Amino acid sequence: MINGAAVGCIYALVALGFVLIYKATEVVNFAQGDLLMLGAFIAFTLIALMGWSYWIALPVTAVILAAFGWGLDRAVFRRVIGQPQFAIIMVTIGIGIIMRAGVSMVPQWGTETYSIDTPFSNKVVRFGDIVVAQEYLSIIAGTAILCVVLYLFFRRSRLGIAMQAASQNQLAAYYMGIPVKTVFSMIWGISAAVATVAGILLAPVSLIEANMGLIGLKAFPAAVLGGFGSIPGAVVGGLIIGIIEQLSAAYLPDGFKDVAAYIVLLAVLVVRPEGLFGESMRKKV
Amino acid sequence: MRFIFKTEYQQDVKLFPHGGAVFWYSLLIAAMFAAPLVLDEFYIGEITYVLIFTIIGVGLMILTGYTGLVSLGHAAFLGIGAYAEAYLLGQGLPFLITVPISGFIAAAFGVALGVPALRMTGIYLAIATLAFAIIVAEVFARWESVTGGYGGMQVPDITLFGIDIYEDWQFYYICLIVTLIVMFGALNLLRSPTGRALVAIRDSEIAAQSMGVNLAKYKTLSFALSAGITGIAGALFAHKTVFLSPDSFSIVFSIQLLVMVVVGGLGSLHGAVYGAIFIGALPQIISIAKDYLPHAIGEQPSLEAGVFGLILVLFVLFEPLGIYGRWMKIKLFFQLFPLYKKATFKRQKSYMKSERVR
Repeated sequence: MINGAAVGCIYALVALGFVLIYKATEVVNFAQGDLLMLGAFIAFTLIALMGWSYWIALPVTAVILAAFGWGLDRAVFRRVIGQPQFAIIMVTIGIGIIMRAGVSMVPQWGTETYSIDTPFSNKVVRFGDIVVAQEYLSIIAGTAILCVVLYLFFRRSRLGIAMQAASQNQLAAYYMGIPVKTVFSMIWGISAAVATVAGILLAPVSLIEANMGLIGLKAFPAAVLGGFGSIPGAVVGGLIIGIIEQLSAAYLPDGFKDVAAYIVLLAVLVVRPEGLFGESMRKKV
Repeated sequence: MRFIFKTEYQQDVKLFPHGGAVFWYSLLIAAMFAAPLVLDEFYIGEITYVLIFTIIGVGLMILTGYTGLVSLGHAAFLGIGAYAEAYLLGQGLPFLITVPISGFIAAAFGVALGVPALRMTGIYLAIATLAFAIIVAEVFARWESVTGGYGGMQVPDITLFGIDIYEDWQFYYICLIVTLIVMFGALNLLRSPTGRALVAIRDSEIAAQSMGVNLAKYKTLSFALSAGITGIAGALFAHKTVFLSPDSFSIVFSIQLLVMVVVGGLGSLHGAVYGAIFIGALPQIISIAKDYLPHAIGEQPSLEAGVFGLILVLFVLFEPLGIYGRWMKIKLFFQLFPLYKKATFKRQKSYMKSERVR
């Protein structure tokens, strides 16, 4: 159950990245999982190859990736704003492929798998009879902290409110004096940083490799279940998907673990396409 | 420049706009039929691949290019067609029957996916098809009594009219004939009221509905046709690869198929062909280019994937109409010389959410 919740938290973090970008720019970022992968690799370089401490490497990696996300928006995604959604999806898929191929070309990274040591490795915490690995607890705690920070940011700060405005109506926000383009770049930066944190938290549990970004595909069910475009929805959706996965691994025959999330996804889309917390849109003529 | 004066409405739906087109397409078909006499066996094999991908491209084009429904799961339909073909042939059914049946089975799955998909649009649909493809891939791996699981499955040889088909050129002719039938069928479909209804749905669902197009019916039909054609392609694909394994129908392959129609040019059957040629030629071009690249870059295993992604991004950024769009532009440039203006192909951008609901 706790493991399920921890895995769910990773899904939640990746889904959070989707939702942030989708909410603001209406882009579904299929490269989110690959941002996570890149973040994990950079953290691996800093910690394992250069010997930095975990607590310094974490924020530094997040900043590097935020800059990367910013640059990605400036270089690529700014050009496709206003084009059909489909075109934008294709661009993100392409970027994801390039990142995956690019990472496996870097000499020190390559196609091998790696792991990093964290302060949480190989330690356990006891709650009465239950023994929980600290790695899993760190994931849950990290997710919780990040969620609170993001929630406060979007509710309290000027910038967060500007981002909300830009997401609701790009033109109106622009007329109100919000620098929409800059705001979009920032959203990409934040989203990349969130993905990085997810990647670093995930690293001790899973291994670091070029294809670890495929976890992004698992985060889709989470995002859809919560309703694309809802931040609490993404978190709740991620948790539910993670727990469902663990339960189906325990109680259902082999093979259901990998597809349970997608069966839930299809069911949600059929029954309630706007998800648990989503809002639906209709055009009146 | 050729001017076509339209004097009757029938001209709008003619299969070929003018006599020149009839001539050139006939020449192309004749050249395709003569190819095995001239070309090396290796090239015949490659062209066979391109033909199969063309069929898939036509199927996907009907759904994505003409109806505007994005599918990230077409490898699943391809796989269903391929496994159905291998299984049915294994049961002793003749080739002429198994291929259409494989198509029908895939089409049935298309309807099964299409009906729930009626409620979704845009990204939700893309994600739903993605989920469908992942589930199907898992079923291929687990349903061992039919698919052989991860161990894979051998595809039986074809016997047609008492002749065993084992040479590459024989199979090439089968693929060529099927491609021609599918192409001709698709061309006729698209100039019929059904095809017009599909295009209307793509351009605006609300407008199409107001004009009396039954959305549910035509969207399901589009899914069924697309899946069916892809299933037929899958049957041929099974014979081409000879050995089926669940890995060959992964999500990556689905994305590759979608890239094919995007790079070829959405919304035209020419695009499907160009896309298939692109998919078929890219690995060859890269393997030739490897010899000229520095060793450190040329020997990277992921070079192909990287180039693939790069081309996709560049196309969407700079040539959203694909290879066919570029061809149209070049043609128009010379036809109108020196009066060509870029704005002819400019696309409307939409910045508000309400503008995106179609």
